[in-house]
Amino acid sequence: MMKLSLGPILWFWSKQTVFDFYANAAQWPVDTVYLGETVCSRRRELKLADWLEIAGVLRDAGKQVVLSTQTLIESEADLRALRRICSQQEYLVEANDQSALQLATQNNLPFVTGPSMNIYNSATLKLLAKQGLKGWNLPVELGRETLGQLIGELKAEGLDLPAEVFAWGFLPLAWSSRCFTARHYNLPKDNCEFRCIQHPDGMGLRSRESRELFRLNGTSTLSGSRYDLMREMPDMKKMGVSTVRLSPEHQGMNEVVRRFDQVRRGEVPVTDPLQLVEAPPCNGYWYGKPGMDLVASQA
Amino acid sequence: MELVCPAGSLPALKAAVDNGADAVYLGFKDSTNARQFAGLNFNDKRAAEGVEYAQSKGARVFCAINTYPQPDGWETWKGAVDRAAALGVDAIILADMGLLEYAANKHPQVHRHLSVQGSATSYEALRFYKDNFDIRRAVLPRVLSIDQVRGVAKHSPVELEVFAFGSLCIMAEGRCYLSSYLTDESPNTRGACSPAKAVRWQETPSGLESRLNNVLIDRYGKGESAGYPTLCKGRFEVEGSVYHAIEEPVSLNTLDLLPELKELGISAVKIEGRQRSPAYIADVARTWRHALDRLETGAGTFRVDPVWSSTLAGLSEGGLTTIGAYHRKWK
Repeated sequence: MMKLSLGPILWFWSKQTVFDFYANAAQWPVDTVYLGETVCSRRRELKLADWLEIAGVLRDAGKQVVLSTQTLIESEADLRALRRICSQQEYLVEANDQSALQLATQNNLPFVTGPSMNIYNSATLKLLAKQGLKGWNLPVELGRETLGQLIGELKAEGLDLPAEVFAWGFLPLAWSSRCFTARHYNLPKDNCEFRCIQHPDGMGLRSRESRELFRLNGTSTLSGSRYDLMREMPDMKKMGVSTVRLSPEHQGMNEVVRRFDQVRRGEVPVTDPLQLVEAPPCNGYWYGKPGMDLVASQA
Repeated sequence: MELVCPAGSLPALKAAVDNGADAVYLGFKDSTNARQFAGLNFNDKRAAEGVEYAQSKGARVFCAINTYPQPDGWETWKGAVDRAAALGVDAIILADMGLLEYAANKHPQVHRHLSVQGSATSYEALRFYKDNFDIRRAVLPRVLSIDQVRGVAKHSPVELEVFAFGSLCIMAEGRCYLSSYLTDESPNTRGACSPAKAVRWQETPSGLESRLNNVLIDRYGKGESAGYPTLCKGRFEVEGSVYHAIEEPVSLNTLDLLPELKELGISAVKIEGRQRSPAYIADVARTWRHALDRLETGAGTFRVDPVWSSTLAGLSEGGLTTIGAYHRKWK
């Protein structure tokens, strides 16, 4: 059966909200949970010790826990935080940039890569496999065709590298040193008053014709439509995809997980739509189209 | 410090070399490089002429093969690396890890520079690329503040090249998928951001509109100057206000920072703009040559000549320049 994973929380939530979220998640039918702050070093509601406490609870509940690293590393302080993650030996690490690759390989720590790691061909996968890569995420802008070729090439080489696909949620599309939330409030980033915490789903950015384009989330920019590959799960299973990733939202996540779990067990027709937080759906990347497009499922 | 100038065509290459570039960078006529534009870049014959011209005048030539090959394109991208090596270029600018490994194994004698598209923003990331692919130099993304550049430079295992002038990418390069989200092409996949094929201009009663794959990027009132609809530089609505929510259409200009960059041991300054005309390249190269020559005579007494600033401002998007992320407050 395909695995379900909960990606790292991309938004800025209060410490209590995060603890509550994972206390619930411990009861959900997910196999893998990615923990940690991947967006902004100023988000310090939780310290590493807090994340490790949550990790322990999830592990006791039978989940595989992976510690995710910050995507854009800018300062010595960022590197210090990264070194702390890469010097523990208890959990697998999700490397989200080459700094993390360096520190993980230097410490002989097995790792997986997140969707922001630029893996576009099997030559890259092969060289990372030699260094301890245990699994990888397809970059969000790549689709079915490329994934199928990559899985085929790995198989031909006899390499077992489980592939994970970001399958539900707002797509992380860009990272900047500038904070767009602070910019919206005319605040300097260094004194941002942590306004992100007031926007647990980010802030919608629309065209002047009211088309949802992006979601601003501190220093990161996400898609304005929600990526949804639920209907593609049977096809992904046939292709040999190991895990589908669901990206946390602060409301309705239990419902999302339940539905994906049912679909992977073949209990619900794959055409049964999810009705959750208001946002248009999209799946274009999977079909090699603009990411924002919604293509009729060809599965 | 080396002055590295863009060459989108043979006339632009000659303009750069004739006006003081120490090195030029170019790409092939396909999607193997991050400036894929119709009518731009080099076929093998032109590239050979360009290499010959530059090297005979003492300038170096770098070949950018800095997009990310997918399985379908792997042979084409590998072929591009082989062609660059055969041309006798002084370095190949690469981003993809698989391709870096190929180049290091197949053509170890040709220097490898890490493209800005390789997203290396820390010395640990640079160590990864150095240890694995023996890169000689890296181009830093335009997201670091000058203090952060200082931190990277202090421990960097390789030469550093930084962006000095031209278009400003506000997102960490190599990890920005905004363009493929609105169109089907991104810098990583096709060497294109906000591709021209998806651009449409339209005069309407409410003003001139620029669209990207039919999405309204900006609408210009009377007297406003219109720019290319690079999607991160449009005007959008966030919580009821309409503004440049991501970035204004401005250009990067780091003339003011030259003494500091020199003191940090930065090896080269890079001019963005392979899509620009030979006349533009000539003006920019000449101005930066003057500035770098002046810097060599004494960083302590270096002052930005107002003529340089006005020349560069005249060549900039909207006539505006910024030092961008180098200045912490910009963030």
